[in-house]
Amino acid sequence: MAAEAPDLRPGRTVVEVRGLVKEYDGGIGRRARGRGGVRAIDGVDLVTEEGEYLVLLGPSGCGKTTLLRTIAGLEQPTAGDVLINGQVVTGLPPRARKIAMVFQSYALYPHKTVLANIVFPLRAAGMARPERERKARWAAELLGIEHLLGRKPRALSGGERQRVALARALVREPDVFLLDEPLSNLDAKLRASARDELKRFQQDVGTTTIYVTHDQVEAMGLGDRIAVLSAGKVRQVGKPMEVYDDPADTFVATFIGSPPMNLVPRDDQLVGFRPEHLLPESAFAASVDREKVPLAVDRIEYLSGDRHIYGTVTGIGKPTRVVSRLPATVDTPVTAGETYDFAVARDRLRFFSAETGLRI
Amino acid sequence: MSAVREAEVARTPVRLPAARRRFADREGTLAWLFLMPSVVYILVLVGVPFVLAIGFALSDVTAGDPSYDYVGLRNFRRIFDDPVFWRSLGNTFIFTGVSMVLIVVLGKVLANIMIANFKGKWIVRFLVLLPWTTPVTLSSIAWLWMLDSIYSPIDWVLRQVGLLGKPGDLLGSGSNMYWLGEPGLAMASVITVHVWRLTPLAAVIMMAGLMAIPRDLEEAARVDGAGYWRRMFEVTIPLVLPVAAVAALFGTIFTFTDMAVVDVLTNGGPNNATQVLTSWAFFRGIDGGDVGQGAAIALFLFPILLAAAIAILRAVRRMEVG
Repeated sequence: MAAEAPDLRPGRTVVEVRGLVKEYDGGIGRRARGRGGVRAIDGVDLVTEEGEYLVLLGPSGCGKTTLLRTIAGLEQPTAGDVLINGQVVTGLPPRARKIAMVFQSYALYPHKTVLANIVFPLRAAGMARPERERKARWAAELLGIEHLLGRKPRALSGGERQRVALARALVREPDVFLLDEPLSNLDAKLRASARDELKRFQQDVGTTTIYVTHDQVEAMGLGDRIAVLSAGKVRQVGKPMEVYDDPADTFVATFIGSPPMNLVPRDDQLVGFRPEHLLPESAFAASVDREKVPLAVDRIEYLSGDRHIYGTVTGIGKPTRVVSRLPATVDTPVTAGETYDFAVARDRLRFFSAETGLRI
Repeated sequence: MSAVREAEVARTPVRLPAARRRFADREGTLAWLFLMPSVVYILVLVGVPFVLAIGFALSDVTAGDPSYDYVGLRNFRRIFDDPVFWRSLGNTFIFTGVSMVLIVVLGKVLANIMIANFKGKWIVRFLVLLPWTTPVTLSSIAWLWMLDSIYSPIDWVLRQVGLLGKPGDLLGSGSNMYWLGEPGLAMASVITVHVWRLTPLAAVIMMAGLMAIPRDLEEAARVDGAGYWRRMFEVTIPLVLPVAAVAALFGTIFTFTDMAVVDVLTNGGPNNATQVLTSWAFFRGIDGGDVGQGAAIALFLFPILLAAAIAILRAVRRMEVG
């Protein structure tokens, strides 16, 4: 993991947001009923590092897209500032920010050819024709779409459209790429290859990228760091492994991971452990310090090699329904209706406050 | 597996009674039934008059002598020899052409205003639509007063701001402009009233077209660094072009076939300066009683309108496919 991470140069921040708040007034009806506005972003502080791939992850309606649009300048914040390359750009229009954005729909101009789409930002910048043609060809070559330059967007597949949108973003040589769920319009099979392509593209050009998604698989796979958002607030920022292994609160713990982290109430705490760490006693080496838990199994699912075992644990705290994920390498026989001795390694247990949900 | 198969094959499927199929399920019959009113409407109110017009155009029917005598193309030869006909034809093209350009441009501008987000938007929409909802004769009469030769409030305003009435003023030393009395001004006045009346319709059609453009495209253009005019001319206008073409088609046909504004404001005058084909056909055929000639003049509109409709619909289809 650490070996793969690109060369990050901390100290030079590209995008920074400080105390960002975005409130929508919610229309006449809402004002009339005496309610205030809706806070889509509720005091967000975030810093990217140069060349970093930062993923904004959260459920729909958490404010991640609004945050991205505010960075782009398509929305103006109610309070707080956006800084790009150390300069406050709050209030400036998008074109003055040296950013490029790829939309969920790709937003290619349907009446223009691929070439005309790619040179559009350059023409807007007043670049001379030979120069912009050269640049468009360079971008097209980098993305392998030279043979498509004469076509109209409607004649392209989803993956090709993504590449055209990336080329259009790339030619401007922006300080930061902003990507808004660019994979959600693709079918499942194409999505995996397009994700791989996005990652390699970003590593090739080395431009700081902020990527919005609600899909944790995309987030874990693409991000150098992940910022988990919920209800307009950043819950945790960290490397994918940190966010997964050391969630800052119960929201992060249950939003990330499939199936999510098990949470068992004990006194005024919640004890959390990942399904793959709840294993039969016999699967542990004798030296591992572990907490024994009897598991009354009621259902077993067999999913691509793994067994998902649903049952009720006792012994940790209140009896709670949990999930255990047994990898194919654990072949202990388990049947529904029986109770087995399971265990969790003690260093895998995470403790949260039952009241606030925060990590203790 | 095979046992199940045999059991299924052995059982004859039971046919449910036809009564289960309600009247509303019979789509073939329903289609005919629902189409019938419009088919009848078109046949009776469009087809019959059209055939009748062709018949009259080839006859010597007049208001005084309604008996039908076939005279071949005599009516057409006569109208071609009449300089007023040619003048009307020319006026029709000027009237339609200038009106259409203004209507499409102003319609686009109004549509942009109507989709913008601001307080009191509903009252602007309401005001914009007002000219379209007012009956044309009523609004034309109001305009008739606005353009009155002596009491025109427009002239009054011009006099007050010092553009008219004293020697050396920009618009002349006369006390009035005589909007409907000077040939050039009369045409300009007729066009102005017509544009005023049809622009709301064009604006509403274009508003629908503008709202159908995904917001992403506009935002992508903003991020790409395009300013207002570049976004307007390179993104918005090309994308509303098919809709604008439909608006232009409607407008052309309305303008070409309209005589209410001309009839109320100028009656074709002064000296036929604002005479258009429709008003001329009306004067000859109805006022003048020469039904055959009136029908022949009116028929002259048909090939022109047909060609315009085909041309515009083709352009729209090419844009959709391209």
